[in-house]
Amino acid sequence: MPILNNLMQQLVNGLALGSIYALIALGYTMVYGIIGMINFAYGEIFMFGAYAGLVLALTNYVNVYVALLGATFITMVLGVVIERVAYRPLRRSSRLSALISAIGVSFFLSSLMVRVKGPNTRGFPTLFENRIFEIGDFQITIYQIVIIGVAGLLMLSLHLFVTYSKMGRAMRACAQDQDAASLMGVNIDRVISVTFAIGSGLAGAAGVLAGIYFNAVQPYMGLLAGLKAFAAAVLGGIGSIPGAMIGGLVIGLTEILGVTVNLSEYKDAFAFAILILVLLFKPAGIMGRKANKKV
Amino acid sequence: MLTLEKINVSYGSIRALHGISLEVKKGEIVALIGANGAGKSTTLRTISGLLKPSNKDSRITFKDVQIQGMLPHKIVEMGLSHVPEGRRVFPEMSVYENLLMGAHTRKGKPGQADFDRVYHHFPRLKERIKQLAGTLSGGEQQMLAMGRALMARPDLLILDEPSMGLAPMLVEEIFHIIEDINVAGTTILLVEQNAHLALEISNRAYVLETGEIVLEGLAQDLATNEDIRKSYLGE
Repeated sequence: MPILNNLMQQLVNGLALGSIYALIALGYTMVYGIIGMINFAYGEIFMFGAYAGLVLALTNYVNVYVALLGATFITMVLGVVIERVAYRPLRRSSRLSALISAIGVSFFLSSLMVRVKGPNTRGFPTLFENRIFEIGDFQITIYQIVIIGVAGLLMLSLHLFVTYSKMGRAMRACAQDQDAASLMGVNIDRVISVTFAIGSGLAGAAGVLAGIYFNAVQPYMGLLAGLKAFAAAVLGGIGSIPGAMIGGLVIGLTEILGVTVNLSEYKDAFAFAILILVLLFKPAGIMGRKANKKV
Repeated sequence: MLTLEKINVSYGSIRALHGISLEVKKGEIVALIGANGAGKSTTLRTISGLLKPSNKDSRITFKDVQIQGMLPHKIVEMGLSHVPEGRRVFPEMSVYENLLMGAHTRKGKPGQADFDRVYHHFPRLKERIKQLAGTLSGGEQQMLAMGRALMARPDLLILDEPSMGLAPMLVEEIFHIIEDINVAGTTILLVEQNAHLALEISNRAYVLETGEIVLEGLAQDLATNEDIRKSYLGE
């Protein structure tokens, strides 16, 4: 049954790609859920994470996990600083101001990287030997296992954190009713900082994973990845954490399936076609709350 | 325990409060009554830090500390809990989680004694503990909003329209519970449209009209005041 095997193969490829989109989409959705803005700079934070991982990996002293952790930490700090500098002063202004500020941050970060590291695409050093496992007739590479495994672990940790920790509960409270949360004694500024830290850290980790997977890092890699992840967040229902996970996987799978059926020249279009369809027919997304309930 | 001096609050160019001064002493129930749009909720939201006075010479002190300009969460930490208008429970959280949110300012997890205190006043919450707050009835949501505020062990509880939208039977029940909470040692500032009930349970009251305090006094005096009877008690 070659068709079935091929399908399984594409499923694995799509899952790996989708995990990366899902990690970035989580940042979009969490920040939107809490302050109602789209942080369009997440794509560039993803790119920053990839470079941070690259620089760490090139030092020879670190293995893949240290590179991953280091890049996550660096992008967490980056996210908190961006929020302080570019978004917090605009919190009481119109949403458009914050959006424009976010686009400004995107340009700033990618231009900064062009200046510091140059515009060329860089390869990732081999952090560990790639191996291919054959299961039946389809193959899974160790890179794919690491990507799916790390992404799965991060999403599980996020889920546990948001569901059971005191800070996670405060984050949900802020998303449901910010004034009521502050009347419970929740420090809103701190919750927003933590949200940016987590979202940015996930995007940074995704950057390292993408760098390893595609063996290519360049300053503008964040643009398309960020936009696709945004499409994923909207597809899942912006504001919903499980929605972002599902949305990311669906976008990844669709893109790979598109390539499989010989539409690879259109592969970047699938995410946006889905975005348009969702906005037309189900604007609240898969897991989205009804529009009459303020997120 | 709480004093307001010369508070002005504006929404853009519209002045909502004009020179409000009031006082709540330890152990009291104080009512703030007035018609829709008189500025009752605005006053409470200013006390808890959600709104800021627009004039420089205003002063809000709680336990002799100036709280004007403090962030709302700092004010909660000092022992002032505000049950907002419309209950504002977290609809997608269970009753239990809502109560935990009420104890957010406390270090560590709240003890069984805190839950028992809430169950003592609101036995129905115990039966509903796992239910999502958004699925509760209006009366149950009001009980949850008040129970949640008690979890912070406040010294001063401010209640905004606890009777809003509730059936008369339930309103009586809620007001009895407010008295119980007060007897158990919590000072209360109450905003109500139902002036009759509010005057019945409170020690003193202020009457608010278009952003100004027009009358103040002992609740029993106000309840027999001719103007009040006409304007607010529907007689």
